[in-house]
Amino acid sequence: MADTTTETLRRTALHPLHVEYGAKLVPFAGYEMPVQFPDGVKEEHLWTRSEAGLFDVSHMGPSFLTLASGMRRDAAAHEEISALIETLVPSDIKGLKPGQARLTVLLNADGGVLDDLIITRPYEEDRQGELYIVVNGAMKEQDWGIFESALAGKAVLTRADNGVLLALQGPKAENVLSAHFPECAALKFMECRRLELNGETFVVSRCGYTGEDGFEVLGRASEGTELAALLLDDPRVRPIGLGARDSLRLEAGLCLYGHDLAPDISPVEADLSWVIQRRRRVAGDFPGAARILQELKDGPARRRVGIRPLERAPAREGTEIFVGGEAVGVVTSGGFGPSIDAPVTMGYVAAAHAAPGTKIDLMVRGKARPAEIASLPFIPARYKR
Amino acid sequence: MTTYYTKDHEWIRVDGDTGTVGITSYAAGQLGDVVYVELPETGAKFARGDDFAVVESVKAASDVYAPVSGSVMEVNSALSDAPEKVNEAAEGDAWFVRVKLADADELSGLMDEAAYAVFCEGL
Repeated sequence: MADTTTETLRRTALHPLHVEYGAKLVPFAGYEMPVQFPDGVKEEHLWTRSEAGLFDVSHMGPSFLTLASGMRRDAAAHEEISALIETLVPSDIKGLKPGQARLTVLLNADGGVLDDLIITRPYEEDRQGELYIVVNGAMKEQDWGIFESALAGKAVLTRADNGVLLALQGPKAENVLSAHFPECAALKFMECRRLELNGETFVVSRCGYTGEDGFEVLGRASEGTELAALLLDDPRVRPIGLGARDSLRLEAGLCLYGHDLAPDISPVEADLSWVIQRRRRVAGDFPGAARILQELKDGPARRRVGIRPLERAPAREGTEIFVGGEAVGVVTSGGFGPSIDAPVTMGYVAAAHAAPGTKIDLMVRGKARPAEIASLPFIPARYKR
Repeated sequence: MTTYYTKDHEWIRVDGDTGTVGITSYAAGQLGDVVYVELPETGAKFARGDDFAVVESVKAASDVYAPVSGSVMEVNSALSDAPEKVNEAAEGDAWFVRVKLADADELSGLMDEAAYAVFCEGL
């Protein structure tokens, strides 16, 4: 169980709070992060689905891409900054409305996924030459390097991972957060505003990684830590670790980079074709367009699917999938879903076996365990649209 | 009856040439919420140190090792429907298997309760 890494782990600004709340800390994405609190993974998971869970996601990679020509208010500014990032991703960034956020994928030349990320067009009039981009913690150095090489001096990348990024998730999140930011209640899923608290600006987005309604809030280190402490004083809020974050996102059918997404997997195979909007499909002007357009037209050879083991044994990452004795795929994420009280699994199977209801066998510790392909998500999303 | 403990956090309660085996409360606490226990078949034989069972929490699967060599006389099938018992009564109702000891001399290599308590404190 012990991790004998010798590299120095970074700590987030919330580290003292983690310790105060009794976190079990583990190395994750180069940081010392809470995997669970004394409640335990199952309790934390269920609490988030019924109340509100607070996650420290400061290890992730929030950043701002700003036109080198400075802060501009003209409509052309958003087009200009979007054109730079659209060379790397297949989503329609130009078409974002002010304050709108979109999930997208960073592609390599073969149309494989280098990371998944959220790109937001600021709402504020004086920030139209800027994009707010949040990438995965474990991939941020790679991603930011790719951004910088694509900017060609036309824009500046500002890393904002020295502050605090919080996720408040669950049905009580809106009520809890609006006590501090009354305007947040008016936001819809995937909308973002800069909001003030005691004269300090925070970037508040209505999004998350649990399938629940909720918010992500970016602030400076000390002010963000104060906000986290305030939120945790609310009896409806409990701190939640990475263990429950994983089981929550798995039930919600959301991909984890490095597991369900990888450089050899295309967004079409990953069932993320919806991130490629029509304008970009017509233009075919993104990395790996030849492969991706081909897969959109003919269907991919393999697909990401949900899998429901029919017995209680969870099937973990790497478990082989068989149909009639023939290997047809592999599990990429697997564990137990406390809300559905059953094992939950995602993986890739040959397209012929990807239809929901298809009977498959999971080879768990040398034994074939019956399972079937299930539609994702395992629990309905409760986003506020 | 005497209870012995291993460094891998299994316990064995010995009565004559049979023993009841489970994982310790310390181990259950470290694993967190147990959601699945895979037990061997009755009649299965294993040597000391073999993995003979698997216990899964929400997050991960862990092997359980045989504290001594022996053969399985009975398995605790109640754990298949109620794996959470492992968190509630690891050293009682949530025993894993009853075994027939192959070599009682192997017990001398295990810890008693006091030694195990000291061992856990040092972790």
